[in-house]
Amino acid sequence: MHYLIIGNSVAAVNAVEAIRGADQEGRITICSDEEVLNYSRPLLSYYLGGRITEDRLAFRDEAFYQKHKVDLILGKKATGLDTGKKRVTLADGQVLAYDRLLISVGGVPMVPPINGLRDDTTGVFTFIQLQEAKRLIDYIEQASIQEAVVLGAGLIGLKAIEGLLERGVRVTVIELMDRVLANTFDEEASSIIEERLAAHGCTVIKGDTIQQVKTKGKKVRQLILKSGKEISTSLLIVAVGVRPNLELVKGTSIKTDRGILVDEFMKTSVPDVYAAGDCAQGLDFLSKENAVIAIWPVAARQGKVAGLNMSGAETPYPGLFAMNSVQIMDIPTISFGMTTPPEGEGYEVLHNLDRVKSAYKKIVLRNDRVVGAILLNAVERAGVYGMLIREGVDVKEFKDQLLGDEFGLLVLPKEFRKHLVAGESFVA
Amino acid sequence: MKKRIIINEEYCMGCRLCEVYCVTQRSRSKDILKAYKGEYPRPVSGIVFEEKGPISFALQCRHCDEPPCVESCLTGALYIDDETGRVLHDGERCVGCWMCIMVCPVGVIKPDVENRVVASKCDLCIEAENPACVVHCPNEAIQLVEVKEKA
Repeated sequence: MHYLIIGNSVAAVNAVEAIRGADQEGRITICSDEEVLNYSRPLLSYYLGGRITEDRLAFRDEAFYQKHKVDLILGKKATGLDTGKKRVTLADGQVLAYDRLLISVGGVPMVPPINGLRDDTTGVFTFIQLQEAKRLIDYIEQASIQEAVVLGAGLIGLKAIEGLLERGVRVTVIELMDRVLANTFDEEASSIIEERLAAHGCTVIKGDTIQQVKTKGKKVRQLILKSGKEISTSLLIVAVGVRPNLELVKGTSIKTDRGILVDEFMKTSVPDVYAAGDCAQGLDFLSKENAVIAIWPVAARQGKVAGLNMSGAETPYPGLFAMNSVQIMDIPTISFGMTTPPEGEGYEVLHNLDRVKSAYKKIVLRNDRVVGAILLNAVERAGVYGMLIREGVDVKEFKDQLLGDEFGLLVLPKEFRKHLVAGESFVA
Repeated sequence: MKKRIIINEEYCMGCRLCEVYCVTQRSRSKDILKAYKGEYPRPVSGIVFEEKGPISFALQCRHCDEPPCVESCLTGALYIDDETGRVLHDGERCVGCWMCIMVCPVGVIKPDVENRVVASKCDLCIEAENPACVVHCPNEAIQLVEVKEKA
């Protein structure tokens, strides 16, 4: 049995662990277009800000690959896939045959078409890959960059801003929506983050976008905004989003929508081909539809479930929901599921704002079940809210205690609490 | 055999000795007086203590067979110890992203902001023969039991 995994991030690593739990003999090959052993993309902002060094970016060391007997092919891009002959072709012409294939190639940063912005314009970067982050750091250091512009105030944009500010670079962020983190947070939470950004000297421009990029030679020099505003800069980071990487499956019969469509066993529409992580479109626990949820925990779980099924242990993917834990300008934030429910569709919202501590808690309910939450500067025990969503716990009896500082397992019905703390491993 | 902590909330008196001895065990000196009076910042207890009215109990990491915290850890700081199956945490690798806090279903991982910004959790007193909370609970509300290995 030959398991071939394209991509070497968290989905791949979890798949390897799952496969080896069931199959010690089969051959596992991981192929990645990136040169490094592995690295955690969410840590790139810590690296940019100088909080950690490059050697701390890896989330599994070399021993992991040895222990799990994985053949690594690094720095080679998979460019061709023949699902009939069950072969993957690499950029240098090498052909790899597989029995089971996992596509976990992640996402690619989106760069919208902007007047004057060309592929070879210098001083323009995205921020999801290590090589790009390194080029960005070199550029900042060599050109002694003092000021930068970030396009897009989503999570990646804000983490890039944080890293830049920590390097002493002043930042202007341009966001098309009327507030930062509009996809993740509600207005209250966004405004707390905006205040904090302003306090750190970051200029936030909302409801605007870049209409034209002016260059001097090839180098970015000035941005003209839709509002007519002009900003001089020699560094632009584009962080408007990430889309699933569908390059490898293009031209094959593998079905795609926004991402590669997978069933509950992480199988694609083609036999023996699986997909997991940011490139895959799997079950969303809350909407019960297939959706791309490009977050670390989803990639980890999907990778694991794919690995289990690839090695014969038939295991369904329970579906996860959007959740993020991000420290933004030293404010710890965690959000789950539905954070800004539409009006008049039966949602109920509980919230509590402590202005002194800038602490904010919001819980979104539907039919007495928790379906979403935002926690700012109040993340202790956050996972219990996530558990309430997953388990569909009826919270009618203790709704008034959901926001309290004392919130915990104690508010739950006793039998459920006992089951929760005991779990399956306690069958003596 | 694997050993895990079970909680008998009916027996808990709410004395919180478990927390006191947990902090002591996690201190540099392992001495109760020095831990509380001489060491700053004081170690974070691995116990989450819940109390309301007559109900109280001490809760610590369940050391799940399939721990979501390990699965979601961005840095590899959280891992399962091969030998004992315990869920352990390497503070040197941790960056304090709180992914573990987000996914822990029982909410027993804490941010340790006083010492360094890293996560903190129960390790079943890896340096001691038996967990301090179990040893010092006067009413067997916290017990160490043997559990079956996962098949």
